[in-house]
Amino acid sequence: MPHPVYPPGGGANAPRPASGLHDQQFEHDACGVGFVARLHAPASHEVVERGLTVLNRMEHRGAEGADPETGDGAGILIQIPDELLRAETDFELPEPGRYGVAMCFLPREEWARPAAVRALEEAVTEQGLWVLGWREVPVDSGACGKTAAASAPHTAQLFIGAPDGVVDQDALERKLYVARRAAEGLRVPGFAIPSCSSRTIVYKGMLIAPQLPLYFPDLQDERVVSRLALVHSRFSTNTFPSWELAHPYRMLAHNGEINTLRGNRNWMRAREAQLSSPLFGDALRDLGPLLDEQLSDSASLDAAFELLTLGGRSMAHAMSMLIPEAYQGRGELSPEVNDFFRYHDSLIEPWDGPAAVAFTDGRAIGATLDRNGLRPGRWLHTRDGWVVFASESGVLPVPEEDVVGKGRLHPGKLFLVDLERERVVPDSEIKSSLAARHPYGEWLRERVVKIEDLPEKDPRVPRVEPLQARRLAFGWSQEDVRVLLEPMARDGVEPTGSMGNDTALAVLSDNRPPLFSYFKQLFAQVTNPAIDPIRESIVMSLQACVGPEINLLGESADHCHQLVMPQPILRNSELEKLRQVDHGVFEARTIDITWPVKDGPKGMERRLRDVCEQASQLVEDGVTILILSDRNLGKERAPIPSLLATAAVHHHLVREATRLRCGLVVETGEAREVHHIACLTGFGAAAVNPYLMFESLGMLQREGRFADGDGLDEAEEKVVKAIGKGLLKVLSKMGISTMRSYTGAQIFEAIGIEEEMVDRHFTGTPSRIGGIGFDVLAGEALDRHRRAYPAAASDLLPPGGIYAWRRGGEFHGWNPETIANLQHAARGEGEPESYERFQTYVNEVAVKSSTLRGLLRFRDDCEPIPIDEVEPASEIVRRFKSGGMSLGALSPEAHEGLAVAMNRLGGKSNTGEGGEDPARFGDERRSSIKQVASGRFGVTIEYLTNADEIQIKVAQGAKPGEGGQLPGHKVDGYIAGLRHSTPGVTLISPPPHHDIYSIEDLKQLIYDLRCANPKARISVKLVSEVGVGTVAAGVAKANADHVVIAGHDGGTGASPQSSIQHAGIPWEIGLAETQQTLLKNDLRSRIVVETDGQMRTGRDVVVAALLGADEYGFSTAPLIALGCIMMRVCHLNTCPVGVATQDPALRARFAGEPDHVVNYLVMVAEEAREILASLGMRTLAEAIGRTDMLLPDEKVDHWKARGVDLEALLVVPEEAADGRARHNTDSPPPVLDDALDHELIAACAPAIERGERVALQRSVENKNRTVGGLLSNAIAGAHGAAGLPDGTVEIELDGSAGQSFGAWLAPGVTMTLNGDANDYVGKGLSGGTLVVRPTACATFAAERNVIIGNTVLYGATAGKAFFRGLGGERFAVRNSGANTVVEGIGDHGCEYMTGGRVVVIGPTGLNFAAGMSGGIAYVLDVDGGFAGRCNMELVDLEQPELEDLEEVRALIAEHGERTGSPVAAGLLSDWDSAASGFVKVMPRDYRRALAELAATSEPTSGDRTATPA
Amino acid sequence: MGEKGAFLKLHRVGFDKRDPSERVHDYKQYFALPDDKVLSEQGARCMDCGVPFCHEGCPLGNPIPEWNDLVYQGRWREAVAIAHSTNNFPEFTGLICPAPCESACVLNINDDPVTIEQIELAIATRGFEEGWIVAKVPERRTERTVAVIGSGPAGLAVAQQLNGLGHSVTIYERDESAGGLLRYGVPDAKLEKWIIDRRVKLLEEEGIEFRCGVDAGRDVSVEELRERHDAVVIAIGSRVPRALGVPGSELQGVHPAMDYLYQRNRWVAREEGRPSRDPAPGEEISAAGKRVVVVGGGDTGMDCVSNALREGAADVLMLDVYPELPPSGRLPGTPWPLPPKRTLSTYALEEGGERRWASQVTEVVGSDGKVVGVRARKVEGTSSRDLRPVEGSEFEQDADLVLVAIGFNHPEHEGLIEALDVPLDNRGNVRAPVYGTALEGIFACGDARIGQSLVVTAIAEGRRCAKIVDRFLGGTGVALPIRAEDMFAYEDEDPDSLRHQGEVAGNVTVGDAFWAGPRD
Repeated sequence: MPHPVYPPGGGANAPRPASGLHDQQFEHDACGVGFVARLHAPASHEVVERGLTVLNRMEHRGAEGADPETGDGAGILIQIPDELLRAETDFELPEPGRYGVAMCFLPREEWARPAAVRALEEAVTEQGLWVLGWREVPVDSGACGKTAAASAPHTAQLFIGAPDGVVDQDALERKLYVARRAAEGLRVPGFAIPSCSSRTIVYKGMLIAPQLPLYFPDLQDERVVSRLALVHSRFSTNTFPSWELAHPYRMLAHNGEINTLRGNRNWMRAREAQLSSPLFGDALRDLGPLLDEQLSDSASLDAAFELLTLGGRSMAHAMSMLIPEAYQGRGELSPEVNDFFRYHDSLIEPWDGPAAVAFTDGRAIGATLDRNGLRPGRWLHTRDGWVVFASESGVLPVPEEDVVGKGRLHPGKLFLVDLERERVVPDSEIKSSLAARHPYGEWLRERVVKIEDLPEKDPRVPRVEPLQARRLAFGWSQEDVRVLLEPMARDGVEPTGSMGNDTALAVLSDNRPPLFSYFKQLFAQVTNPAIDPIRESIVMSLQACVGPEINLLGESADHCHQLVMPQPILRNSELEKLRQVDHGVFEARTIDITWPVKDGPKGMERRLRDVCEQASQLVEDGVTILILSDRNLGKERAPIPSLLATAAVHHHLVREATRLRCGLVVETGEAREVHHIACLTGFGAAAVNPYLMFESLGMLQREGRFADGDGLDEAEEKVVKAIGKGLLKVLSKMGISTMRSYTGAQIFEAIGIEEEMVDRHFTGTPSRIGGIGFDVLAGEALDRHRRAYPAAASDLLPPGGIYAWRRGGEFHGWNPETIANLQHAARGEGEPESYERFQTYVNEVAVKSSTLRGLLRFRDDCEPIPIDEVEPASEIVRRFKSGGMSLGALSPEAHEGLAVAMNRLGGKSNTGEGGEDPARFGDERRSSIKQVASGRFGVTIEYLTNADEIQIKVAQGAKPGEGGQLPGHKVDGYIAGLRHSTPGVTLISPPPHHDIYSIEDLKQLIYDLRCANPKARISVKLVSEVGVGTVAAGVAKANADHVVIAGHDGGTGASPQSSIQHAGIPWEIGLAETQQTLLKNDLRSRIVVETDGQMRTGRDVVVAALLGADEYGFSTAPLIALGCIMMRVCHLNTCPVGVATQDPALRARFAGEPDHVVNYLVMVAEEAREILASLGMRTLAEAIGRTDMLLPDEKVDHWKARGVDLEALLVVPEEAADGRARHNTDSPPPVLDDALDHELIAACAPAIERGERVALQRSVENKNRTVGGLLSNAIAGAHGAAGLPDGTVEIELDGSAGQSFGAWLAPGVTMTLNGDANDYVGKGLSGGTLVVRPTACATFAAERNVIIGNTVLYGATAGKAFFRGLGGERFAVRNSGANTVVEGIGDHGCEYMTGGRVVVIGPTGLNFAAGMSGGIAYVLDVDGGFAGRCNMELVDLEQPELEDLEEVRALIAEHGERTGSPVAAGLLSDWDSAASGFVKVMPRDYRRALAELAATSEPTSGDRTATPA
Repeated sequence: MGEKGAFLKLHRVGFDKRDPSERVHDYKQYFALPDDKVLSEQGARCMDCGVPFCHEGCPLGNPIPEWNDLVYQGRWREAVAIAHSTNNFPEFTGLICPAPCESACVLNINDDPVTIEQIELAIATRGFEEGWIVAKVPERRTERTVAVIGSGPAGLAVAQQLNGLGHSVTIYERDESAGGLLRYGVPDAKLEKWIIDRRVKLLEEEGIEFRCGVDAGRDVSVEELRERHDAVVIAIGSRVPRALGVPGSELQGVHPAMDYLYQRNRWVAREEGRPSRDPAPGEEISAAGKRVVVVGGGDTGMDCVSNALREGAADVLMLDVYPELPPSGRLPGTPWPLPPKRTLSTYALEEGGERRWASQVTEVVGSDGKVVGVRARKVEGTSSRDLRPVEGSEFEQDADLVLVAIGFNHPEHEGLIEALDVPLDNRGNVRAPVYGTALEGIFACGDARIGQSLVVTAIAEGRRCAKIVDRFLGGTGVALPIRAEDMFAYEDEDPDSLRHQGEVAGNVTVGDAFWAGPRD
């Protein structure tokens, strides 16, 4: 089919504004990082060479875009190569250490360079330094890609001399720093300074790793010597030219992502005003903002790190401040170290997020990992002094006999190589010396005030205003009390709901929603992982504090003068304590945030201005705690929305640079759910007192709504606890661990707020479609006030209608009208015009009342064509998908019904994340799309082999950033069998995929899945939020075939209500952003784009096509066709129509037929055809991306929607003016061609074809990834799940294996690796056997060294694995059937495990067995401290029984045989005493299930795992 | 709400009904509420639907899931409050609503619906027993006064709403007591009249003035009404009966059903010592000892049967033009959640008499000007539009009394409407699209506006009309331009909406009256 030809500029219609939805600030990058250093030896070129080798061997972690020769970035940081520079400059250089080199990217255009040169030279002179001269850096511009060459800067080095007045090299460094920042501050276009130091220099660019030394011939020069080399290979989500964004930065290179950047930036900005240091004098004053808005997260971290170290702290000290360990409640840290971290918590909030950071100042070099260990980092140390650190093992070939130690970075720990002291310094030594710097503990005891220690106070003002009137005035509904507050007060947990959010967007709602509803929570997807705040609570902290902060560069007792609260929700009595605090520097004042009703809507803005001024004045007067309060609400005074007041004061004080002199506390009756508290803290409040919530408890108590025996106190506690848990969930879905760094981090997107208000009061918050302003906000506040005053309109609160539809409540797209008409149409019953009625009601009413697409209309000036010229409905429905709804969430009847329907249509159904019954693989009930979600339920090689499309569900519209959950009562024998889990046990999918913490990880998983099924399309499902377009571009670059942009309104089987309501944004924005970003990057043609989220009609389909979607997902609508009536009880297993239940009695009530879905979707397609005909288009393909066919609908005259501007959605990027295809035409480049497995498959042909035994030997390196994957696919294709008989194929490999060694390994294959392996060993192991052991010549003690990486045996369903050596974090995570022996592991071992046996015969890390509900672990308790490191929430520790010990012994014996492990031999030699050291870790539910099974004796059909393997 | 999964364990338990052979001898309510435990269990059966179709199916939008839950929990007082939040008279609808809510109940898809109506009645009963339902006298009075013409459910509702907003309301009722068809159409077996008196007394305490026996337009002129009041609301019902339209309809012994029911209700009132007008001499209608044929199989017909049996008719035959309902009680044209177009009430036939389905009267046969029988034939088809006679199915039935219960056409035009000269719609109802008529200050609601419908719809009409009237009266008394969309959500006025279909269900079916009796 020929490409449609587009008119230039995107449309024949009116010109579109240039700016679309893509915003550079949401680009992400990640990558491989590494360093090489040599102890006990002078600087050498070999170090540089080896650094470049490390870089080369991590090339697969980087990425290329549309131009495969242009990389995202590669770079190296080394010591100043004095010899070369001295030889290559024609001016005299002072002695080493007395001059600095500024590595400069100068503007490409010669005419523009003098400005840059002048800027830097003047800045240098200004600092009293000497400009010595320039050196043109030789480059080979032919060595880089076309795109890179087109944007390559002119590279030159300025040499800067130190006059005698500069006493030492540190002083010189500081002056160089100030000079550089001053020059940068002038913002000369095209000018950047990658490094400016007397110690180090950076060579980097938009290159792929091998190009780096070719482009910069300097690096090949033997005279370039160094003792250290820090390297980095970048994978960016975009492909826009940027040389500057390559790493390393001046002091560090970073693999990961800083989630709290927005807050860190705001707080740093607030701190800058009070920075002072004798070392710098006045020099810092006029430098402008330290953290430019344009800086990436890594660059910002670099800048902060640089400032702290130049300000006088050691690198270790600075790093421990910025990326601290999770210290709270960690018994194994010494009290002094604990005090050190606590103290610094008062100085600066953590820079939170997954991070492996390698850093150096030229004298020492080191690395650290975030508190949760979310990035890999492996090191080795050789006899001859080489130290190699990298994201992967095997990046530098080192003979194993030379190795003295191999290790990995531990969460929150430092790895430091001190070249001056010639040693590797252990973390414990670093931390204890830091802790000994000052009497931090004493300072804390003296200065930190705990709120619980403050005396109780009575309120000063009597409280007489009636509760009901105030609740009415704040807009409370019956649901707020009944659905939210009551369950929290009774059970202490946030309520769960199901199905999606089909209510009107706040900006379209007539129901006066609170301002909070306009803010949508952001969440982590792909570029960083969400956290599981329950299972991994050890890294989480809710602690909040208020109080003034002082100079960051100083260090004194006064710095920790803070008032500390265990969490940010204040009960009414606590607020009074705070209000009347009388303790040292703390002084609180209350600011009234209500305004006189008589002043009308205009009065609000006036009052807000006064509030800000009052705040400034109070801070000026020395008040340290500002309480913003709406207690003054009454007949004559209406409340300013508390979020507006909070954000306004926060940003006002940030702008005035006085923000840190006070803490902000909010006392509001408006806040009544988790999201509200999250918004208030996210926009700057340290603590919130939601007083009406607490006062409402009295009423609940009178109604007898508390749990038995609970009084008010207990209920209050439960509410606080429930909100606390909910807040942790909100933080963790963004990957943030501490309240401290969440506060002020503004992790929200505003939907429907006008630009002016956002710019002024919510500064920096993304808000892309405009919306309401002061007038509407104030008007709505007054409307709410009128419900209560002068006389309450009713005794009852308004119904609400958010969580369940109600008349007079919030509008729902699914309501009695739409549901009934759809069912009547699908079943052909009722009126013949039911579909028409449905369509009319949806398109004319529902869509217009609740969605953004309702504000768009089709162009009506097109030449229509006869409908019979439009492609038939049968073609259109091929583009339809049904959503990923798991078997388990759905009944088998509903799940199969959908699959049959989609197969009959020629569309595709999606298994969801619960596996699929293999009995369905061959027939009409087969789902073409096999989903792979974080729980990996039922993901076997057979399952993957039977897919047409494999979908990686990164996020789900209803609850992005959270894992699925299937309540235990829905897990019957059949479901448990398919999922390899335990019947009756709630199944938790982890919030993140534990093999996707970053974009390069995703690339690896895609590669793994391609190996598992080279014929299947690989799809990645994302959820719409700001920046999703850049993530989608990253997905395309990670080699996916397909990407789904899901809307926030998607469904779920079970999820906390606050997630269903408040996370994610409409697909219209996300899809448009994706389309624009992909077009801009020229990646659109090689990826298929799908969208979903409350799709209902042909109009929805055509709008989605015009905005850029190739395919369309339907979930709720086909379920309704099958009989779903939106009960929203999927999580309760009581679905009365048999759709979302496993109860046999209810399943019998299922009355859906596949043809109901077929009928419905054909009607949708027919409707789409009519629209296409009216637009003059013959195919849907023609329509894709034709945003010029859409216009804002001027007829929609909603009083609130008037400010909404959707033009940005319709923009076509300039780059696409070249007529590039706007829909999918092509596939991504092939990646499997060089896989080692092709060789293996060829060699194994006799085994696969004839069952003959095959043995072979090969060598591997870390570039050989997913070894065994393709082979397993070939075996599963030929032999199904059973594979080959045990021992048929024996493969022995030597070397360092790349990631995902032995992934999906099929039965009958044994792979033995001599050497070591990286992350994801045995991922999805499906029956094969894996052995990893050191090479025979190794002399180090294997049991004390790391041999495999993190996340080993993730989602393994069967097979065996033996590891002679230590493993990393999350060993055997979600293992559901493999048996394994390992000689020691890191934190979070056996997390979420549901089956199999794990034997650990060495040390274990923290949080073992978190979320473990099945299988058994046997742990040799080497130090007697295992119980303290085990998470006992779901498991018991027992003495193993005799038969258990037999099982353990057999496994250890096999371990010994296969690996030659001396540890195994030792244990076996004295088995009786060894046996007594084992602890059996037994999940309680598993024990119950086994007992039940024994009682029934007959296993339920399909139940495979409940029988001990 | 409700108890999780209770609907799987607990079965529907309806009203306790008295033995038909016993109850047919008196005029007392024929059913009673079960005890509190059963009521609580029945409340527990509610599934707390994400989309409560009951709530939509109810013309009033009653908060049914909420009250089911409160009754389940025994929180009666809150239940009383919440029931009154949408319904002025739950004691009426609890007794005599055909319960479209229960038709729409999600459990009704594949199980027995929740006993919503029974629970509503229990709430109202409890509220009165405990003295929680008291007169709510408005705190302040406006200077405005309103005349409400007619004291049926629409009139009473509009009056209470307006009075509650502080306007002074006078109800003009041409009969001797207030209540309209509630009092004179519905037999005591379903609604004992002290229940109406109890409510009327509360309304009087709240400040509403009742002027019974005053026929507006005749006894008081329209000019006087307009002078005395700032607004006039026409709520006179739809009382002109649909004619049988076959040869012999004029014969002596052929009567509109309502004439008969009026007399029977007045007879009971007199027996019980309440005010009662006697029928004009020569106009008496009695079924005692007679062979009675009731034409029409709806609730009015049922009430004729039940009264005839109580009078001691020789035999009673009901001729229903529609075919027998399928066992589900649902016809293909009205799938769930639509209200079935036929009611299922058979209480009268349990007491005696016979129903013949699909039987269309073709002629009334007389002798000496008096009826002696009817001729009829069988028909096929399911709706009034597609009934086809079956060849050779004609039959005859002897009869001394023929009661015609086939519905109503429109409000009476003589009297008030003609005197006002208010425009009518093409069905003969008062034209008042958003309750306001073309005449300033004149409004209409209830059956007079929309044609024959349900009590529950009448109350909903009254409530909505009151908003419009209040807005008209708002402060200045000057008419404000009123747009429908300012007042209601879209679906309220969508003629195709399910709710609308529910409201006008009575209109669609020939033979249904506007009350139904409780569901079984």
